[in-house]
Amino acid sequence: MKAFETYLLDRAKVEGAHKLETYKKLGGYKAIEKVLKTGMTPAAVIDEMKKSNLRGRGGAGFPTGMKWSFMPDPAKDPRPRYLAINADESEPGTCKDRVIMQRDPHGLVEGCLIAAYAIRAKAVYIYVRGEYRLPHDRVRDAILEARAAGLVGKNILGSDVSCEIFMHKGAGAYICGEETGLMESLEGKRGHPRPKPPFPAMAGLWGQPTTVNNVETVFNAPFIVERGGAWMAGIGTKGSSGNFLCGISGHVNKPGVYELPFGVTAKEILEEKAGGIWKNRNLKAWFPGGSSCALLLGKDVDVVLDHDSLKARGSSLGTAAMIMMDDHTSMARVMEIISRFYDHESCGQCSQCREGTQWLAQIFRRIANGKGQPDDVATIESLAKGMAPGKTICALSDAAAIPTLSAVRLFKDELLECVRQKRDPLAVPLPEYAVAHAH
Amino acid sequence: MALPQNLVREFDELVKNYPEKRAALILALHRCQETSGWISPEIMEDLATYFGLEPVEVYGVASFYPMFRLRPVGKHVVSICHNISCDLRGAQDVIAQVCKITGAPLHGTSKDGKWTVETVECAGACANAPMFDLDGTYHEDLDAEKVAKILGAVK
Repeated sequence: MKAFETYLLDRAKVEGAHKLETYKKLGGYKAIEKVLKTGMTPAAVIDEMKKSNLRGRGGAGFPTGMKWSFMPDPAKDPRPRYLAINADESEPGTCKDRVIMQRDPHGLVEGCLIAAYAIRAKAVYIYVRGEYRLPHDRVRDAILEARAAGLVGKNILGSDVSCEIFMHKGAGAYICGEETGLMESLEGKRGHPRPKPPFPAMAGLWGQPTTVNNVETVFNAPFIVERGGAWMAGIGTKGSSGNFLCGISGHVNKPGVYELPFGVTAKEILEEKAGGIWKNRNLKAWFPGGSSCALLLGKDVDVVLDHDSLKARGSSLGTAAMIMMDDHTSMARVMEIISRFYDHESCGQCSQCREGTQWLAQIFRRIANGKGQPDDVATIESLAKGMAPGKTICALSDAAAIPTLSAVRLFKDELLECVRQKRDPLAVPLPEYAVAHAH
Repeated sequence: MALPQNLVREFDELVKNYPEKRAALILALHRCQETSGWISPEIMEDLATYFGLEPVEVYGVASFYPMFRLRPVGKHVVSICHNISCDLRGAQDVIAQVCKITGAPLHGTSKDGKWTVETVECAGACANAPMFDLDGTYHEDLDAEKVAKILGAVK
């Protein structure tokens, strides 16, 4: 791949960058200083965000500047307003926000301050998944350090701008990564997504105007403020600007989280960053952006990793979490796991999702375990078509249906063969305990 | 039974962070579980009293979130990720080995009460798979040797 400028993980590579002193030495908190001391208005900050073409890094890829501009004008709507940071990272394959929180937590804090300033929120809640203890503690400690240094709280850096940042913990529910489920959970309830409209910018947390942003999204804001929106717009491809954190996991030699500019191909990432497929095998199939996007074939690895290019191949960028599977992988087994996951995580509000995910999980399980019935593959397809698109309150149902339909489209013969042979020819024998506990 | 005074004082501070008291409920459940190992019906009643909710509302929340344990667990809990990235790199072998070493059945507790072993969905350690969480600490890039060493060091 061509040489490129890095910025997202530069600090994270420095020992001790999670401490305020080091962060400041590396140029930290210069962006919020610029905003507050040069009289940059909230509208001017939003303008730079729009110019940067930054798209949300949480999976949906919504333009961030536009999202911020949806917040009502405080002159006309004086209600309190909130910023919620989605640090519930739980899309299978995704482990990038953890890197930011663990190694560069002040970068997140500074991003929160800028985003809160732009939308004029005086309170920020960082919703971290409960399992992320170390990342949580690192961000909590960063907030404490920043508060002691006058960077968080009342009259930031002597200005008339005030902003509090609070840590909040989830407790292991994937659905709380959906923005309205997150808000319900933050309010101390079951994480049941809310019907939209009303959208969060009108009625979010406690019914007040709210913006929900992913960790990596706001982490980009200080760089944009310091270097200008046009700088970021100049990196990447037409519809996807800047660098992004790409996770690569599964059957590769060097799994990891890598910083890359939009425009590189999946093949470049696989070969030059991840050291190729392990055991000298070939790539059979892969998820380009977490388990909720459509599977692609090994030959699709020439695709450019950005929003538009993946869409053109019938998949999506999602959270840019590539999950790679070698040519010994059983797709029945893969789908058994993926469908079990969505069954486990469905909140149960909508019948299509509650029943659909359960049936998909049951049917994939029996196919993978040699008990498939002749019409099972057809049943899966018709079930998944009944679950999406847009038939339910939130997109979890779609997230279960999309990989399912891609598996049926790309690997129908393999699934049918499992049914016909009454065994999965590609199955790896499971350890004894698993046979005893098969359910 | 009532909530210990130190927790009450902690919760009194916590609720100040929110415009509505109830928002601190999940954090309070976490703290109770950290203190007692699990969430008993009595704790749910105490929390209901503290937050001004019905006990069933607290149960409704506690039962929604997989991290909350509504049954007693062993002294040490091993939570093994069995989602896709970990499965592709041998999570099943880790599960088998952990069960064998600890003597605990999967989703159960060993007879001596020392170990509980469970599977969890994606823990966000995909680039360092396979992994498990032992009593709140992640252990990653596991292989048989590492698993034996980590569990062997637990008193």
